[in-house]
Amino acid sequence: MALLEIRDLHVGVEDREIIRGLHLSVHAGEVHAIMGPNGSGKSTLSHVIAGKPGYEITGGQILFRGQNLLQMEPNERAAKGVFLAFQYPVEIPGVTTMNFLRAALNAQRKARDQQEFSTPEFLKRVREVAGSLNIPRDMIKRGVNVGFSGGEKKRNEILQMALFEPSLCVLDEIDSGLDIDALRIVASGINALRSPERAMIVITHYRRLLEHIVPDIVHVMSKGRVMKSGGKELALELEACGYSQFEDAA
Amino acid sequence: MKQVLVKADAGRAMGNVFAAARGRLPGAGPVLQIRARAFEVYERTGLPHRRMEDWKYTDLRALISEVLPLAPRPDAEALVRAKVSVKQVAADQAVKLVLVDGIFAPELSDLGGLGNEVVVRSLREVLENSATGAMAGLVLSTTSDSAISLNAAMATDGLVITVADGHAVERPIQIVHVATGLSVSTFTRCYLQLGKGAHADIVESFVPAERASGYQANDAIIALVGDEASLSYIRVAAAASDAVNISSAIIAVGARAKLDLFSMTCSGSISRYQGFITLAGEGTKLSANGANLIRDKLHADTTIVVDHAMPHCTSGEKFRAVVDDCGRSVFQGRIIVRPAARKTDATLTTRALLLSDKAEVDNKPELEILADDVTCRHGATSGALDDTLVFYLRARGLSEKDAQMLLIKAFLGESIEEITSENLRDFVTAQAEHWLQAGR
Repeated sequence: MALLEIRDLHVGVEDREIIRGLHLSVHAGEVHAIMGPNGSGKSTLSHVIAGKPGYEITGGQILFRGQNLLQMEPNERAAKGVFLAFQYPVEIPGVTTMNFLRAALNAQRKARDQQEFSTPEFLKRVREVAGSLNIPRDMIKRGVNVGFSGGEKKRNEILQMALFEPSLCVLDEIDSGLDIDALRIVASGINALRSPERAMIVITHYRRLLEHIVPDIVHVMSKGRVMKSGGKELALELEACGYSQFEDAA
Repeated sequence: MKQVLVKADAGRAMGNVFAAARGRLPGAGPVLQIRARAFEVYERTGLPHRRMEDWKYTDLRALISEVLPLAPRPDAEALVRAKVSVKQVAADQAVKLVLVDGIFAPELSDLGGLGNEVVVRSLREVLENSATGAMAGLVLSTTSDSAISLNAAMATDGLVITVADGHAVERPIQIVHVATGLSVSTFTRCYLQLGKGAHADIVESFVPAERASGYQANDAIIALVGDEASLSYIRVAAAASDAVNISSAIIAVGARAKLDLFSMTCSGSISRYQGFITLAGEGTKLSANGANLIRDKLHADTTIVVDHAMPHCTSGEKFRAVVDDCGRSVFQGRIIVRPAARKTDATLTTRALLLSDKAEVDNKPELEILADDVTCRHGATSGALDDTLVFYLRARGLSEKDAQMLLIKAFLGESIEEITSENLRDFVTAQAEHWLQAGR
């Protein structure tokens, strides 16, 4: 059984249909890349998987481990193991990263009927994970993403991904706003989290990210549908020909 | 020119209450004269009303329909109920001074823990003792504000606290006002004098006992902060949901002194907190912050006037309001920079968070600059919780309620974190969380 199964998904916002009959099947251990031009519905797809309010699901299904994801609240999806790394992580002044991580992690554990981490247990865990990602301690003592550079914000997303240990990671244009060095650091963090139990959907415009995170399957999305799927070489083809052929075909 | 007096029924009825209470109020001779003069100041306008600029959002003449009789002296049963309430608001390691229905209750207070450098007396004792009668003019000092004048005229009891020069009070002093009565009025006044180079942490808590309702409280604190002294003054007010609570503070701060002030109003049908702070010496630093936490149909008004009278003074104000249901929060912040107050640096920000479409906020920052070479800034915002932030937190596993709570706490934290004492900051945070939890 696929970890994530999307069947004939239709999504609209304010009477405008953005996703128009999308099918996608993702198995544990796989890394899927979704590429496509601006406005093709890539970010909408990531938001709908995570449960962001404001979208109208007009048709289709999203099944996660066979369960109807669309009937779950965003926090329930997180507790089930769905993680969205945001393209633009928000700044939350007044909430330290440490407090936020502890509240979120314990909320997920509580929802899964697991014992909440005590403060010493949590501190040990977060220090281990931050250390493995070369994230300095002072970063997690500051307000969530407050004053962080683009690279720091994305590393903070990867830190959360490593700490929460989700089964499905959706990375929404994780490469946007990163210079080459930051891209390399973020990509290596993501690669370290690849595992046979975990699946990833990497949403990006550019092939350069896929040089660092080599996908098993590449999908080209245009006008709310997957127009073509293939191996990692499909990204090379797109680099050469661009997206116009798919936009014309849609 | 003689002023034309226009007073509503409740305002007129106050004259009868004053006449009836005079015989019971502490003090004789000169004290009576001071009270009579204060009542005359009150009578010029009667209850404050909306045509008075400082009271335009809190029209007591319209909001108060009757004047209640003075509270009787608390009986044994009232003291037992008050004791329970004192425990509920106890600040960690603080020395407690308790007033029950406006009357000092030594049996619930802790007078032994302050040492010889700190003198605590009840206001009643000071006013009734002819040897200390000279203080009466000082402790019953008044202004043109009619609520403060009424308080001076009717003050039944309170505290007079003096801290010797150079003495740092080790433990916080917590003044707890407990209301136990039904349909009564109380008039309390506290006077605090901090000597040169002294330091004290003062917490003033207002709390209703179980079954207390429908009361009207008018209290005032007069504080003189000596040169090079430092005072942290925290006020947390909770009142019954059908009570009226008018609180005033008149504070003068000396040269190179430091005042940290924080006021939080959590409930009360009609609450008005007004602070008049004068930076009366050079090089003084003021941090004046606070919050209104309001839900149901309650009304809370915080009005702070900071008067920069001398050069090289700094003031910073951060005020926050969280308003739910049909609540209404008012914040008026006025900064006056007198002609002599060169090199003043003053900042005021007020932000409001509206949790319901029916919640209402009136934010009025004002600058009155009469000097050159000063830096003054102010800003005001109001809005709802940011849905993007709520979603971010929910996508990380927090329920919608928990996400909202975390964001509200962070919003309030912007003001609370200005409290320099960690103990007092924790105390205020706990009180704010108690209010938040009560609304879930």
